[in-house]
Amino acid sequence: MDFLRPTTWAEALAAKADRPEAVPIQGGTDVMVELNFDRRRPEALLDLTRVAELREWETLPGYCRVGAGVPYATVIDELSGPLPGLAQASRTVGSPQIRNRGGVGGNLGAASPAGDSHPPLLAAGAVVEVESRDRGVRTVPAAEFYLGPKRSALEPDELIRAVRVPPATGPQYFSKVGTRNAMVIAVCSFAVALHPGERRVGTGIGSAGPTPLRALEAEDLLARELDWDAPLDPALARRFGELAARAAAPIDDVRGTAAYRVHAVGVLARRTLTWAWNDHREERAA
Amino acid sequence: MRVTFTVNGREQTADGVWEGESLLYVLRERLGLPGAKNACEQGECGSCTVRLDGVPVCACLVAAGQAEGREVLTVEGLADGGALDPVQEAFVECGAVQCGFCTPGLVVQAHDLLERVRHPSDAEIREALAGNLCRCTGYEKILDAVRLAAARRAGGADGE
Repeated sequence: MDFLRPTTWAEALAAKADRPEAVPIQGGTDVMVELNFDRRRPEALLDLTRVAELREWETLPGYCRVGAGVPYATVIDELSGPLPGLAQASRTVGSPQIRNRGGVGGNLGAASPAGDSHPPLLAAGAVVEVESRDRGVRTVPAAEFYLGPKRSALEPDELIRAVRVPPATGPQYFSKVGTRNAMVIAVCSFAVALHPGERRVGTGIGSAGPTPLRALEAEDLLARELDWDAPLDPALARRFGELAARAAAPIDDVRGTAAYRVHAVGVLARRTLTWAWNDHREERAA
Repeated sequence: MRVTFTVNGREQTADGVWEGESLLYVLRERLGLPGAKNACEQGECGSCTVRLDGVPVCACLVAAGQAEGREVLTVEGLADGGALDPVQEAFVECGAVQCGFCTPGLVVQAHDLLERVRHPSDAEIREALAGNLCRCTGYEKILDAVRLAAARRAGGADGE
């Protein structure tokens, strides 16, 4: 095995182009588990922790650009204002030690349907910025990035540079089912993002399908029937939950049954919408 | 490969390190520092907690090569000669140690918390220690120890 340690982004892209089989490693919270348990023996590891710009985030017109190496701890400490949904989800990841190392870039690279970043990224309409030495920068909407369990749209010579997330224009919520408040891989999860300017609500479902999913029919329902100037109609919230549950396509596994996940996604959808709507009403009243 | 980094203030070099090896393995098996414990190897238990450039991490999830040129603090680096760190003292006094396996990770993690937060609430202590599993002491005495160490730090009894 080789251990490649680029110190600049250009070097990292060159290394990936020359050695497409190299496995990128940043926080190590997924990759090292596979190595420790002998599940994976890559020919090379591509250590990205020396590429300083990956650990930076910036606000650009229309979006926050969060570097692929920004750890969850930084998202929580510094980005809860513009990206509340992503910050809430980051708070539920692992433990403090894991949040100090792991981040959104690795979550995207691993492309596990249970990754906690994915639902808020879907709900917010995030775009993944990937790059290769030979073809340059390419942007992929989060909704098109996840292709299957642990499969993404990333090409073998590409690296994830950043994720571009529009700053919140309304309340956002993330909720997750697990056995305790730490060290939990989601049984299932759900994110909502209110976009009042567009009279639209974004959604994301986690750990209840082969990929993270949007609840499109549930979003369409609200786009048609939600009265943005009135209290939330409980019947509409219930129908939203039912359609969200219908969008889930989970399996039975050690963390939960498919039937339980379908039910729980519906509950989480109704609750997160209600919380977000309460905040929306308070903001308008204030 | 060769990996050189600073451990507890001293530069150390390990040779013949396998590229997929963890920092934890290098510390324990190559540098003779068995304080950080090897248990789950997947970041679930916190017993291998060390500080990497000041930040608490699970050493089992850091590739050895990622530590190159960095500073690592292990539980062995907390005591000053024969004098225990106040967090270690509080663990002894409160009976927060039973089998002792989880203790190094808890001590390193609690030490970091008290450096960052002068008067941690119980909720903050619980959150800080949420990634450190203990299977025999029970967490109450561990919480007592962190509260005691925090009170002493804040009270200036240890020169702060």
